[in-house]
Amino acid sequence: MTAELQRSAPQDGPEGAADGARAQGEPLLSASGLSVEFTGRGGRGTARAVDGVDLDLHAGEILALVGESGCGKTTLARTLLGLERPTAGRVLFEGRPLAYGARALKGYRHRVQLVQQDPAGSLNPRHTVYDAVAEGLRIHEGATADEERRVADALSRAGLRPPERFYLRYPHELSGGQRQRVVIAGALVLEPEALVADEPVASLDASVRGEILRLLLDLRADLGLSALVVTHDLGMAWNIADRVAVMYLGRVVEAGPVEEVLAEPRHPYTQALMSVLPESGAQEPQVLAGEPPDPTRIPGGCRFHARCPVLASGEAERAGVADACRTQDPGVLSGSGPARVACHYAALGRAGD
Amino acid sequence: MSAPAPSRRALLWARRRAAWGEFARTYAQNRAGLFGLAALAAAALTALCAPLFIDAGELAVTGGPGGRFEPPSGEFWLGTDAFGRSVLAMVLWGARISLTVGFLAAFVSVALGTVIGIIAGHFGGWPSDVLMRVTDWFLVLPSLVVAVALAAVLERSTLTIIVAIGVTAWPATARVVRAQTLSVEARPFIERARALGGGHLHVMKRHVLPNVMPVVLAQTTLLVAEAIVMESTLSFLGLGDPSTISWGGILQDARSAGAISSGIWWYMVPPGLAIALVALSFTLCGRALEGVFNPRLRERR
Repeated sequence: MTAELQRSAPQDGPEGAADGARAQGEPLLSASGLSVEFTGRGGRGTARAVDGVDLDLHAGEILALVGESGCGKTTLARTLLGLERPTAGRVLFEGRPLAYGARALKGYRHRVQLVQQDPAGSLNPRHTVYDAVAEGLRIHEGATADEERRVADALSRAGLRPPERFYLRYPHELSGGQRQRVVIAGALVLEPEALVADEPVASLDASVRGEILRLLLDLRADLGLSALVVTHDLGMAWNIADRVAVMYLGRVVEAGPVEEVLAEPRHPYTQALMSVLPESGAQEPQVLAGEPPDPTRIPGGCRFHARCPVLASGEAERAGVADACRTQDPGVLSGSGPARVACHYAALGRAGD
Repeated sequence: MSAPAPSRRALLWARRRAAWGEFARTYAQNRAGLFGLAALAAAALTALCAPLFIDAGELAVTGGPGGRFEPPSGEFWLGTDAFGRSVLAMVLWGARISLTVGFLAAFVSVALGTVIGIIAGHFGGWPSDVLMRVTDWFLVLPSLVVAVALAAVLERSTLTIIVAIGVTAWPATARVVRAQTLSVEARPFIERARALGGGHLHVMKRHVLPNVMPVVLAQTTLLVAEAIVMESTLSFLGLGDPSTISWGGILQDARSAGAISSGIWWYMVPPGLAIALVALSFTLCGRALEGVFNPRLRERR
């Protein structure tokens, strides 16, 4: 989608939402009021792929970003890496705004790494495993004397042992899980502080998924690596993440520690997502009507109201928030702190507690 | 790299040999390609060894060993020309210039086309627009006219011919390479390279170039054929280097000696056939290579 579209001029920046943020030290990587818009060719319609997001990733933390396809998760991840420029808002690394000069970006990319969705496509078919892993080292440090040791180290950390056996393999000779391990090794070789993983296991077998997720957890334990894991799989978020942010149509609608958000979802959207998980034990799976709306035509009021089961069932009407749902934007959630939700109905429930 | 280095290198070589074996097997399935390769090898060998069995002195205008326009005989298999030189010896000798010019001119134009194509495909936006408009401009210019103009303006030498052909033949390569670059750039490993911190040069050199190389190679063989024909054309039009013997030059001499009206076929036909044969062989090789490098065939490996 994004390749077809061009960036547009900045529009109104979203207002920062005030929420009691739990003091947790300075976040390592954060988004502040981040928006990314794409303009169709010939200026037809502006797609607000990311529409005002505050998100904090702290050191040593795994944050899961979940949501349906097309909700802007991947665009947000790419923007955090500087692969896409925000139309409004900022990306902050260690509290400093990300600079987009060639040299500054290169330095940044030494410290934050990307793991892509499709391990088959993310390795150059003409490079051996050794070349693929050593690529980052060569870019940043040129040819170093201990290159081979560091490549071997990264490969064995990523679970490819003994590493020498894999040096001269080509990607097409490896299995999907092995390829993803090579990609992870290529990221690890630079000893990054944070990893942005975009659907790291979506294209892998269920049996391999567990191994790769285990690997992410081990890396966090051993190296103190922070990770932002983009996924559409709530079960996976449940298994590996410390915190979770649920995204709908370019905005985070519910965020907080994973136990709180996923055990007791308060946003109707999160509730619906949870109810269709087989292991959630929900009485009645709640299938949302229709597709997510087109990001070029984001509905007014709460962006979820057109599909919201709470509003459709008339419960919101009884609680007296139906008008607010249709007309008032619930606002942007802050990046860190306790569980928060952008929903008029849920806010009412919390007040009544 | 101390202890494990030799084994790694040996392994790498073994893998390369295997890859070449695979390549050769696929190529050998194409009969026409094999024929082209054999004909080319013969032509190249002739060009290289010509000085061993042909006395250069006998090719000078004053050193012809035979009489004027002798028809083919036991001594002169393809007869003699106006100065008593053996036509066979001249045609064999002419392979040297034709092949040299063909290869060098193709190399110049392919290098130019590849660089321009990769830059246009990689950067997109206005640099691509500008480069592609220039390419289009060269594409619609009648290349023969441009080459004639260049060869006429610059001093007469083989180098001039190479430059004239190289400068006019690159647009097709640039177009093909740009298209291939666009398709390579859309693949995720380019984004991975960028996220690793790789700059434009890194992406173009390490990722795009190796992946457009098959197309470039096939394009080169096709262009050699074009360059040989173009060189002959320029020589035939009298724009070649008069001090060297080339196939186009022989044809030009034959025409000006009135070979057509006098029915001296042995002066005209052999150089013409030589041009056709070598150009055909290169085209056959190029087609066969394209078949081997076909992405769908490669993906299956």
